[in-house]
Amino acid sequence: MIEISHVDKWYSPSFQVLTDCTTSVSKGEVVVVCGPSGSGKSTLIKCVNALEPFQKGDISVDGTKVNDPKTNLPKLRSRVGMVFQHFELFPHLKIIDNLCLAQQKVLDRSRDKAMVKGMQLLERVGLKEQAQKYPANLSGGQQQRVAIARALAMDPIVMLFDEPTSALDPEMVSEVLDVMVDLAHEGMTMMVVTHEMGFARKVANRVIFMDRGEIVEDAPKDDFFGKPRSDRAQKFLSKILSH
Amino acid sequence: MFSNFDFGVIIRTLPYLFYEGMTFTLMLTGLAALGGLVFGTAIALMRLSGYKVLGRIAGVYVDFMRSLPLVLVIFWFYFLVPYIGQWVTGASRPISVGAFASSLITFIMFEAAYFSEIMRAGIQSISRGQPAAANALGLTYAQTMRYVVLPQAFRNMLPVLITQTIVLFQDTSLVYVLSITDFLGAASKVAQRDGRLVEMYLFAAIVYFTISCVASFGVRRLQARIAIIR
Ligand SMILES: Nc1ncnc2c1ncn2[C@@H]1O[C@H](COP(=O)(O)OP(=O)(O)OP(=O)(O)O)[C@@H](O)[C@H]1O
Ligand SMILES: [Mg+2]
Repeated sequence: MIEISHVDKWYSPSFQVLTDCTTSVSKGEVVVVCGPSGSGKSTLIKCVNALEPFQKGDISVDGTKVNDPKTNLPKLRSRVGMVFQHFELFPHLKIIDNLCLAQQKVLDRSRDKAMVKGMQLLERVGLKEQAQKYPANLSGGQQQRVAIARALAMDPIVMLFDEPTSALDPEMVSEVLDVMVDLAHEGMTMMVVTHEMGFARKVANRVIFMDRGEIVEDAPKDDFFGKPRSDRAQKFLSKILSH
Repeated sequence: MFSNFDFGVIIRTLPYLFYEGMTFTLMLTGLAALGGLVFGTAIALMRLSGYKVLGRIAGVYVDFMRSLPLVLVIFWFYFLVPYIGQWVTGASRPISVGAFASSLITFIMFEAAYFSEIMRAGIQSISRGQPAAANALGLTYAQTMRYVVLPQAFRNMLPVLITQTIVLFQDTSLVYVLSITDFLGAASKVAQRDGRLVEMYLFAAIVYFTISCVASFGVRRLQARIAIIR
């Protein structure tokens, strides 16, 4: 579903942020990406839907080459759901309108159809009652669940998550992870940047460990937690698992 | 002290002052603000577009407009527009443009420079995550601006935009150089005709002051409300 091959990216001529990144996510697979701060996880995941350009290598999603200038990026992105660390709900729109906007403008759904779909998804994430409120009136956990629902409203073929729980108060983390676990169990293809190793243990097929712009480990979950092969991964794991 | 003054002249000319003068002033203010906002937003988008040439053109325009005295622009534009019109349409004589149209175009062009700076600040105040989220949903650049970035920028900048419009409201009085009957023009015509300079100019000052004050007060209320919403 996602093919990343030999991707290099520079933010400036002297600063290479990604070095020869190669990996893939198959249909129905859940891949967790972890690594120290600044290692390029966000950058890599943003390359997948071309929010960030890259200079070398290829990425394709469902057979469509992301870095081909002829690719219709808006169309491609509409099929790739993305959830951000800071939710990024549109503060000037009501919750339901956050869910309807792209359905109507990108997928050309009628207002009624979009509303029905939106309400279904709000119900699914347990926020039907909040439909008429504005994002600022919701807690962080609620906002992130809305953000997931907003992405799902586009009927994506794959979902990208960039540290979806790291801006949340601890007591709100599980309500968001629960939604993501359900999604994984339903067979959604997911690429998830997170340090929630409990989540990785529960639903991940593979775990990727990044450090300084390189993919250092790319292993099936059991191998990764059983015996990470690199020192760097081992050090990282012991650090985040110790608390 | 006021025994030599005749304030009755104000009462007698009220209909003229307001129906003709104030209507013109408010219409010019409103239309110029609207046009200035539209063109100013376009200029702001050009400056932020990332296309160097577009950005430079917009930048030069803004700097140029801001370094000229408004009254000169009004004056020159009034005399130049007929010739520009002739040049554009290829007509054999200068196109005659009414004083209203000429001053409206001038104010729109002039205000666009100021509004563009306000909108630019407004757009830059939106975090980069917002357009990223919109793009990630498949919205195009234009849709992202139209539905996500500009509404927020406009809302955040509304108090400043209104404040600038109050300045514009006062500046419209400069059309007196074209002998137009705006509010101040009407007052000054009465003043000259009846020899009641002090009364009329005093009254005009009070009217401009009152309207501007009330509007400023409204802006402060609005600011407080926006602060709560955020
Ligand atoms: N737009 C940018 N311009 C220049 N440098 C950037 C930009 N975005 C990120 N960087 C740098 O690139 C490196 C990788 O950033 P990235 O956000 O991908 O890391 P990350 O692994 O997601 O880290 P974190 O866990 O803190 O989110 C960092 O050193 C960061 O400072
Ligand atoms: Mg990151």
